[in-house]
Amino acid sequence: MKKLKYILFTVSFLLLTLSLSAQQQRFPKPEFETGYEQPSTITPEPRALALEYFDVLVLLVVLALATWFALKTRSRQGVLWLSVFTLIYFGFYRNGCICSIGAIQNVTLSFADPTYAISLTALLFFLLPLAFTLFFGRTFCAGACPLGAIQDLVIIKPISLPKWLNKTLGLIPYIYLSLAVLFAATGTDFIICRYDPFVGIFRMDAKFLMVVLGVSFLLMGMFVARPYCRFFCPYSVLLSWMSRFSKWHLTITPATCIQCKLCTNSCPFDAIDFPTNEKEVVKSGLGPKRFLVYAVLIPIWVAAGVFVGERSHTFLSKANTDVFLAELLISNPEIKNDPDNLDVQTFLASGKTMETLVKEAEVIRGKFYIGSMIAGGFLGLVIGMTLLNTVVFRKRQDYVPHKGNCLSCARCMDYCPVEK
Amino acid sequence: MENNSKSKNRREFIQSGVRLSLALALGSVSGLALSKVVKDDYVWQIDPFECTQCGRCATDCVMSPSAVKCVHAYDLCGYCDLCGGYLKPDANALSTAAENQLCPTAAIERKFIEEPYFEYHIIEDLCIGCAKCVAGCTSFGNGSLHLQIMHHICVNCNECSIARVCPSDAIKRVPASEAYKVKGDFSNNPES
Repeated sequence: MKKLKYILFTVSFLLLTLSLSAQQQRFPKPEFETGYEQPSTITPEPRALALEYFDVLVLLVVLALATWFALKTRSRQGVLWLSVFTLIYFGFYRNGCICSIGAIQNVTLSFADPTYAISLTALLFFLLPLAFTLFFGRTFCAGACPLGAIQDLVIIKPISLPKWLNKTLGLIPYIYLSLAVLFAATGTDFIICRYDPFVGIFRMDAKFLMVVLGVSFLLMGMFVARPYCRFFCPYSVLLSWMSRFSKWHLTITPATCIQCKLCTNSCPFDAIDFPTNEKEVVKSGLGPKRFLVYAVLIPIWVAAGVFVGERSHTFLSKANTDVFLAELLISNPEIKNDPDNLDVQTFLASGKTMETLVKEAEVIRGKFYIGSMIAGGFLGLVIGMTLLNTVVFRKRQDYVPHKGNCLSCARCMDYCPVEK
Repeated sequence: MENNSKSKNRREFIQSGVRLSLALALGSVSGLALSKVVKDDYVWQIDPFECTQCGRCATDCVMSPSAVKCVHAYDLCGYCDLCGGYLKPDANALSTAAENQLCPTAAIERKFIEEPYFEYHIIEDLCIGCAKCVAGCTSFGNGSLHLQIMHHICVNCNECSIARVCPSDAIKRVPASEAYKVKGDFSNNPES
C-alpha cells in the first residue's frame, strides 16, 4: 500500500513537472518532416583527473631530483637544467597553474569554509614542498618552482643589497602572506593568484598591467636576483621556517671550510653568512642590554599590530564584493537608479532584500574584524622577532649558507676549492 | 672543547625539537585537510539559470578571447524564423545580412531546414561569450542559447576571475565528472 502511494506520488510529481517545463517552452520544438537530424551540443571534457595526479608525480620527481643535485651530486648544472624543465613543464605547458604558492589559499579556505572541498592535488602541491624543505632545505625553490625558475634564468649581474634593506624588504612576504590568508579565509579573493606576476607570461596572455608587472620583475631580476622569491613570495615564509630547521641542508663545502673567502661573492641572494668577528661584537657592548630592550618590546609590537589590524578591518573588508555592494547601497542610495551599475541592478533584480544583504555583509565584516586583528598581531610579532634577531649573537667560524634564505641553487659549491 | 660540544648538543636538541613540532604541525594540517579532501577535481561552470547575461564573461576571463562560449541546447530550441538570439530587435528583414545580426562577431550560423524552420549553430572559434544572443533568446525565445565555460580553453584558475565579478554568483565549482550544466541535461531549474 505504502509502495503504491509512493509510486503514485512520483508519477504525479513527474507529470506535473513535465507539464510545467512544457509550458515554459514558448515555442515548442517542431516536428520535422524532412528527416532533419539534430546536432548534439558539444561539451569538450576537462583535463583528465589522471593527468592531475601525473602533475603531482612530476612534482615529486622534480623535488627528489633537485634534492639529489643540491645535496648529493652538488651539481649546479643539474639544478639549472632541472629548473629549465620546470619552467617548460609547470610554467609554459601547465600555464603556471596549479602552483604550490597559490595552494596556500585553497588550504586556508578549506579550513575556513566548511562547504569548500579541496582537491587532493592542491593539498599535495601545498604539502610536498614543505615536507621536503623540512628535511633538505629549500630545494623546491631551486628546481621545482616555475616562478623561481624564470627569475633564476635572467640573473645577469646580481648586486648585493645592504643588510638592513634585505631585512626590511624581507618583511613584505609576511604581510603578503597575512593578507592572502585573511582574504582567502573570508572567501573574498585569492590575491596570490590574481597578482601572480609571471602567470601572464606563462599563458602568453594577460591584462596589460600584469604584463608590465611581470616584465618589470624580470628586468629588476637581472640585477636584484629573484626579487619575487626573496621579497614577495608568501610561500617563502613557510619554506623559510621549514628550512631553518631542516635536517640535511646543503653545505657550501663538501668537507671542512678553509676560509678562503672564494664563495663570498658567489651567492646572488646574499644568503651566505660570514664568520662572526667576536672581538667586534664584544667591543661594541651592545648585546644583552639591547636584547632585553627588544625582548620587552615584542608584546608592544604585537599590541600595536592588533591595534592597526582593528583599525584597518573596515577598509580591508571593502575588498569583499558583498560588503562593497552593501556599503555602496547604504552610502549612496541614488545608485539604484543607475542602469549602468551591473552589480546594483542585478542585486535589485534578484529579489534579495536589503536586510539579507546587510546581514551577510555584517557576518563577513565580523570575520574581517577578528582576522585583521590576528594578522596584525602576527605581523607585530614578526617585526619584534626580526628586531630581536638583529642583536642575537651566533658564533660562526665558517662561511655557511643562511638556512632560511638559501634557495639551494648550488651556485656557491662551484666556488669551493675543497675536494671531498 | 667539552664546553663546545655541549653547546652544539644543545643546539642540535633544539633544532630537532623544533623540526619535530613543525613536522607535527604539517601533519595536523594535512590531517585536517584530508578530512575534506575530494578525489574528484573541481572545475568552474556557469549555472545558466542564474546567469543574468551581464556581459562580463567576455571581458573578465584571463583568456582572450574568453573561455566562456555560447552553447545551444537544441532540444529546447523552437527553430524559429524570427529568432531573438540571432536577429537584432529592430532588424529590417529576417535575413542573414550583417546589419540584422545581433552577434557582434557573426558567430551564429543560420541554416534553413524546412519551411518555416531554421537551425542556429554557434561557431565556437568566433564566439567571445558576450551573452548578447543569450539575452535575446532568453527574453524573446525559449532560452536554448546559454553560456558555458568550455573546458578545452579554460585553464581552470585557482579562483575564476569571472566568478569574482559575476554579479549573480552564477559561476561555481563543479566536480570535473559533471563539468557542464547544459540546459535540458540537468535539473537545477529552480522554477520547475
